[in-house]
Amino acid sequence: MKKFESPDYFQVDDLLSEEEKMIRQSIRDWVDEEVMPIIEEYYQKGEFPMHLVPQMGEMGLFGANLPEEYGCAGVNNVAYGLMMQELERGDSGIRSFASVQGALVMYPIFEYGSEEQKKYWLPKLASGEKIGCFGLTEPDYGSNPGGMVTKAVKDGNSYILNGAKMWITNGTIADVAVVWAKLDGEVRGFLVEKGTPGYEAPEIKGKHSLRASVTSELVFQDCRIPAENILPKAKGLKAPLSCLTQARYGIAWGAIGSAMATYDEALDYAKTRIQFDKPIASFQLVQNKLVYMITEITKMQTLTLQLGRLKDQGKLRFTQVSMAKRNNVYHALQIARMARDILGANGITSEYQSMRHMNNLESVYTYEGTHDIHTLIVGEDITGIPAYY
Amino acid sequence: MNIAVCMKQTPDTEAQIKIADDGTHIQTDGIKWIINPYDEFAIEEALRITEKHGGEVTLISLGPASVEKTIREGLAMGAHKAIRIDAPESPADPQVVGAALAEVLKEGNYDLILFGKQAIDDDQSQVPSIVATLLDLPAVAVVVKLDIEDGKATALREIEGGHEKVTFSQPAVVSAQRGLNEPRYRSLKGIMAAKKKPIEVKQINLKENQLSVEKLSYPPEKKPGRIVGEGPDAVPELVRLLHEEAKVI
Repeated sequence: MKKFESPDYFQVDDLLSEEEKMIRQSIRDWVDEEVMPIIEEYYQKGEFPMHLVPQMGEMGLFGANLPEEYGCAGVNNVAYGLMMQELERGDSGIRSFASVQGALVMYPIFEYGSEEQKKYWLPKLASGEKIGCFGLTEPDYGSNPGGMVTKAVKDGNSYILNGAKMWITNGTIADVAVVWAKLDGEVRGFLVEKGTPGYEAPEIKGKHSLRASVTSELVFQDCRIPAENILPKAKGLKAPLSCLTQARYGIAWGAIGSAMATYDEALDYAKTRIQFDKPIASFQLVQNKLVYMITEITKMQTLTLQLGRLKDQGKLRFTQVSMAKRNNVYHALQIARMARDILGANGITSEYQSMRHMNNLESVYTYEGTHDIHTLIVGEDITGIPAYY
Repeated sequence: MNIAVCMKQTPDTEAQIKIADDGTHIQTDGIKWIINPYDEFAIEEALRITEKHGGEVTLISLGPASVEKTIREGLAMGAHKAIRIDAPESPADPQVVGAALAEVLKEGNYDLILFGKQAIDDDQSQVPSIVATLLDLPAVAVVVKLDIEDGKATALREIEGGHEKVTFSQPAVVSAQRGLNEPRYRSLKGIMAAKKKPIEVKQINLKENQLSVEKLSYPPEKKPGRIVGEGPDAVPELVRLLHEEAKVI
């Protein structure tokens, strides 16, 4: 398989540092050599390629933008974003794994955990020795997480959890779950370890999307955890929402990678597939689609790079992350659909990757704040009028 | 154990090479530069040896400041420090490169000097042997397996139709062949650490080039194929052409 080269229509690469480019190249090489040859097989089987986890840990891909003192790489947010872009160029499931581990498990422990929790968990999560998951969404509370019914009750030196979480990436394979539950009516975060009595994490099967990723339900029935497993500094819904901002930031970058993969495949195919004695790239309708793709990719690249620079300068607003996630995933999905279309019947087979990306992006479009919820977040921001309900 | 690895920056193996207007250089615009792949095997081997036995890996490269980008790649793999011998461009004459490297290497007190067996750009395969000669050290070329134990060095060399096992004293010059190892990915931590590692720039007087490039040319274009006919009827004509024209049967 040929080495991947990303499109760069507006010389956006000139705006990246040598270090950022080196990080991107290293992950690109890894994806070319370790992910691309196996991903279709795992997607078809409906399994996550677990053997990649130690390699990803070794490369420093988990919580890469967190500090070195906890075993993390300490890269800037643009490099972190480029890493997500490259991972999702391989598969949204691989990027999802890194997003959950870094932004949804390591970040809350780093931001809201005690020093003991940080020292114990972060190095193990960074190396991939331990896997984490994040439980906020419930069967009846998705876009409205504040309505959650999972409860924690203090009992002596323990908390007792009751409730259920749904659509939890990595749930079944996680050694530790960051679980959000109401304690005396206030949303708090708890660390629940695998094997704790009263905690089960059955896998959700039969997915048409994110097939190379584990999605689970978390069930708590009188699950007793030690009192020191509460995240001391996380109080109220804004704590889990701040984690989602981190994860959505990575998704905005990841979507670019997915779009690059399907555009690259469609462009290549259009230039070599002959119909009516000429390549289909010579037909105006096909060119129209390809131009839409590269234009949207270029817009994503510039928008998201500025988002990363703002994050590194500490000026980022979560509403900007919403706009980027909303825009990039929407267009990545349109691009994947167009790529599938250009590929014709070949596009539905596992010989090509566009339909896998397309199916994955249907999940990405919905998770971490649906497209519509991000519309309403930006809508409220510019009008001052909330329109959620 | 102190190991020096001499490395060269070369165009990426997938780069489209075009000849520049002067006819003696290649166009460098848009070329992606990489560590010469054989040198990458040498760096990986040096890292494995020092991880096992302790010591430091020093990268040495010759060229303008622009080669520091690929030197950083080697530092990101895990090499400890680097020396860049300043030169306006990579000299065409391997004698010039070899003499410059030897001058810097002899100051370093290295236990082992590693090279790639050749650079993939000009394919001269001369520099390791020139350096070994100038420093009066054993030269072990085209190595696919290297064992260093208690000062005793053993290498497996690739030779025509087989392998040759050799032992040699140290210090020595060893050149790496594909198969010696699988170079590691640059980890994010490695890349972050690389920017803090020192690259010492040395100014030395380069020898005069005794070899210069007169002209670069592209390989001859492939002749288009010819269809001699279709179906079984075409076989006798095909056999005749293969026999009389192509002279392959």
